[in-house]
Amino acid sequence: MIHPARTYLGAAGAAGPLLFLEGTRRAVLGEVATVRCAGAPPRRGQVIEAGEDLTVVQVLEETIGLGPEAARVTLTGDPAAGTVGPDLLGRVLSGAGAPLDGLPAPVGAGRRPLQGAPMNPVRRRKPADFIETGISAIDGLNTLVRGQKLPIFSGSGLPGLALAARVVAGARTPRGEPFAVVFVGIGVTQRETDEFLRGFAGTEAMARSVFYLNRTADPTIERILAPRFALTQAEYLAFERGMHVLVVMADLTQYCEALREIGAAREEIPGRRGYPGYLYTDLATLFERAGVLRDGTGSVTQLPILTMPDDDITHPIPDLTGYITEGQIVLSREMHRQVVDPPVDVLPSLSRLMSAGIGAQTSPAHRRWADQLYASYAQGRDARATAAIVGEAGLPPEDRRALAFADRFEREFIHQGPARRTIAETLEQGWRLLESLPREDLRRIPDATWAERRTAREAAP
Amino acid sequence: MTDIPRVVRIAGALTEVAPLPGAALHEIVRVGDRGLLGEVIRVRGQTATVQVFEETIGLALEEPVRVTGAPLEVDLGPGLLGSVLDGIGRPLERLAALQGDFLAAGADAPTLDPDRRWPFTPSLQAGADVGPGDVLGTVPDRNGEHRILVPPGVSGRLAELKAGDWTVLDPVGRLEDGTELRLAHRWPVRVPRPVAAWRTGARPFVTGQRVFDFLFPVAEGGSVAVPGGFGTGKTVIEQSLAKYAEADIVVYVGCGERGNEMADVLTEFPELVDPRTGRTLMDRAVLVVNTSNMPVAAREASVYLGLTIAEYYRDQGFRVALMADSLSRWAEALREIGSRLREMPGEEGYPTGLGSRLGKMCERAGRALVPGRPEREGAVTFISALSPPGGDLSEPVTQAAGRVVAALWALDAGLAHQRQFPAVDWETSWSLQAEGVAPWFAQHVGEDWPALRREVLTLLQRDRELREVAGLVGPDALEDADRLVLESARLARECLLGQSAYDAADASSPLAKTRAMAALLVRMLEGGRAALAAGRELGALDLTRARRALVALRDGPPAQFEETVAAARAEVEASLRQAGGAT
Repeated sequence: MIHPARTYLGAAGAAGPLLFLEGTRRAVLGEVATVRCAGAPPRRGQVIEAGEDLTVVQVLEETIGLGPEAARVTLTGDPAAGTVGPDLLGRVLSGAGAPLDGLPAPVGAGRRPLQGAPMNPVRRRKPADFIETGISAIDGLNTLVRGQKLPIFSGSGLPGLALAARVVAGARTPRGEPFAVVFVGIGVTQRETDEFLRGFAGTEAMARSVFYLNRTADPTIERILAPRFALTQAEYLAFERGMHVLVVMADLTQYCEALREIGAAREEIPGRRGYPGYLYTDLATLFERAGVLRDGTGSVTQLPILTMPDDDITHPIPDLTGYITEGQIVLSREMHRQVVDPPVDVLPSLSRLMSAGIGAQTSPAHRRWADQLYASYAQGRDARATAAIVGEAGLPPEDRRALAFADRFEREFIHQGPARRTIAETLEQGWRLLESLPREDLRRIPDATWAERRTAREAAP
Repeated sequence: MTDIPRVVRIAGALTEVAPLPGAALHEIVRVGDRGLLGEVIRVRGQTATVQVFEETIGLALEEPVRVTGAPLEVDLGPGLLGSVLDGIGRPLERLAALQGDFLAAGADAPTLDPDRRWPFTPSLQAGADVGPGDVLGTVPDRNGEHRILVPPGVSGRLAELKAGDWTVLDPVGRLEDGTELRLAHRWPVRVPRPVAAWRTGARPFVTGQRVFDFLFPVAEGGSVAVPGGFGTGKTVIEQSLAKYAEADIVVYVGCGERGNEMADVLTEFPELVDPRTGRTLMDRAVLVVNTSNMPVAAREASVYLGLTIAEYYRDQGFRVALMADSLSRWAEALREIGSRLREMPGEEGYPTGLGSRLGKMCERAGRALVPGRPEREGAVTFISALSPPGGDLSEPVTQAAGRVVAALWALDAGLAHQRQFPAVDWETSWSLQAEGVAPWFAQHVGEDWPALRREVLTLLQRDRELREVAGLVGPDALEDADRLVLESARLARECLLGQSAYDAADASSPLAKTRAMAALLVRMLEGGRAALAAGRELGALDLTRARRALVALRDGPPAQFEETVAAARAEVEASLRQAGGAT
């Protein structure tokens, strides 16, 4: 459908990031608008509600000094779209796709609608390819696979972004296929983005990465679009160019706050904690863009990062995210304080697609091994809580052993510092810890698995 | 120009259309140049509010709207089994053939393949008097045979009924009054299909999951809510039920859930072969899929579509299991639409009618004498997952569901963190039908079943109390009898109630196995008590040995079940004798 451009002189009103137009003809939901005001560069916007009596335009740039009466608003008829192409790799762009690295705007291979289209579920392939990140807490216990969306639940002051940077730096594709990284910063501070970028500057990794940066000081509304620019480019690389794309999105909490701000400006009836009732649906339009096509070669894997307000995992943002994503990596303030690096609390962490990625690709005993580590650690954590009341001496022997295990597990398995561990090293590390317990405590390890482990160990030099 | 109905407002999934005089609620309209499917949900004067089942981005004001005069309907007939439909009944494979890997708005695709021919064998002859639900004949389908029914509301004398290869659109017969009969008929999804009489079920819905069959059983035709926070394993449970529960037909509604999960279902269902029939699960399943990024109004409709298909197979005389994952997403879709309508919200922004709509939905489940001859019964068992925010069961959707379902299987994040799966919290879970189906278990599985169940429930209750005490004074301060309870309860949790969906030997537990494990556990507990009463110490009881026996029974190959039970029993008896507890 081609819609001609129409220009209107004067808007009926403005509120926050929104501009209200009266008497628009044939306004199209989602079309791009240009708002011109004397003495200011043109601002871009998008129709988010169309009505013969009232049409609502969401303005992307700051609306300070925008006088609705004198504004000239052009409805372009074009859907919101982003430039995509292989030449975007190696570039640093704004949250709206404009160059930030001093180079000319990328030419690209074409433009694609930012909205994206849902993948037909029957054309999806079940994600099953193991990605080795080099981090034991992930590879061993919360395995990441291609096409998965696995968020990091961070807290303010916790190293969520640093963990994502390590995953990006350490990730190995199984067969060395073409690989790209798309990073989108959403309302992230200058300091954090600089730190993240520094890890890339001048490396080979930079050449296969593209950065979209909406910083804390940038317009709020741009935060809504920035991840969509990034995902549109990621889908292009994955499904038109056959690449394996890892998308890092930080910080989703800022994204949700931008949504709430627009909802309030539209005077919508809010849902939980003032967030719009459609927050779940909206987040799903981002997260569900991860996946693998049945007949394609590429994939989009997502590593979103969010800050749990007040470390509360039941807050609507982590809660709704957890219902859409395929698991979560939860960071713990307490472990961070005890200098466990990375401070991953594996008990509430989960990878739903783990079972498909382990076994043949890692070790046949991986599932049992992981179940046992979880069970022993969970028992140790319980014992730690009991010991706080009755003292360690009041614990039965098995609980005492589990408590000692839990301490070592945190210090020697979860904590690994800057070192990268292969999956074989991760598994070995876990086995060694398990072997510090007597056989009868290892109830999740069947005799056959145990015997195999003994044989393998004796065969090793 | 002015009297053609046109779009006058577009806000998300809602559009306003004017002028639309005489519009009826729930009437289907085609919106805009692409003919997007929409449903009238409010009428004010000449203006109708329409919820659109497809993406509205790109829709423009003034685009024309076409009235159809019909409500949202689905074609019911042969060829449904094995298909994957979107929330409004379009086969996703056909959409993929039309549009490629990604979905776009505005496509038309009939639910049933209009070209496929089915060999029809009539079972009635001209001159017969027929009424609603009468079986006219059969066609072979993936599940065996598909019974062709006289549609509800149709009756008369058969003038003609023809054997032959027919498409679902061909008339295969005619009544004397001229009414044509076809292999398929249409039915409005929001209207329950009529039954002759509801029946109370004394027969359980056998799930193959020990914690449900043993502790919280429901009757066939019951409705169950399965609330659980994220990561508590709702989806794995729904899928295990679809795979292993005793049902002739499975209807699986993925309502606002993950695309990758549906890919998982689509990979696994066709591979899962039922050893009794040699057919795959896909041969007796219909999937309705509306992932969370697909249009929100279609999400609301998807559950009704699933219910209607389930009722249609019930009417053929089958036992149908309907899974919905998750009803919370359905409720949220209602809320989203309600808030766009600027309706006065009830609790937490949900529409005030949430409870009554949920109630009406659950009332469509049940065991029934279905209309028509030959006389037959069918059942729809309705299992719906719920996704309470923050895992908090006091939220409105879980509360509303709790008032209308027959059983609540509550999942707990704490148990999931300990990797206790299925993470069913036996404190908050309940079943209103456990007593009703107890006689069936006693008769078909073992007379001691109800007693074993009571014993294990008491054990778990006592364990909960003791653990609270132990948390204060330390487990070492407890008496031996109490520590025996703690140890036995741990075994009950780990072996009897815990069951790994990924373990081929234990993913589904036959009732005989469930009973054998429970009996062994209770025997161990009673024998232990006797030993303690006889003055022995807890340390003298070799609980590890009993534990190994239970584990061997749990993980043993199903083919050698009898031998494994005998061996496990001998082990437990031996360990009790050794402790001097045998009585």
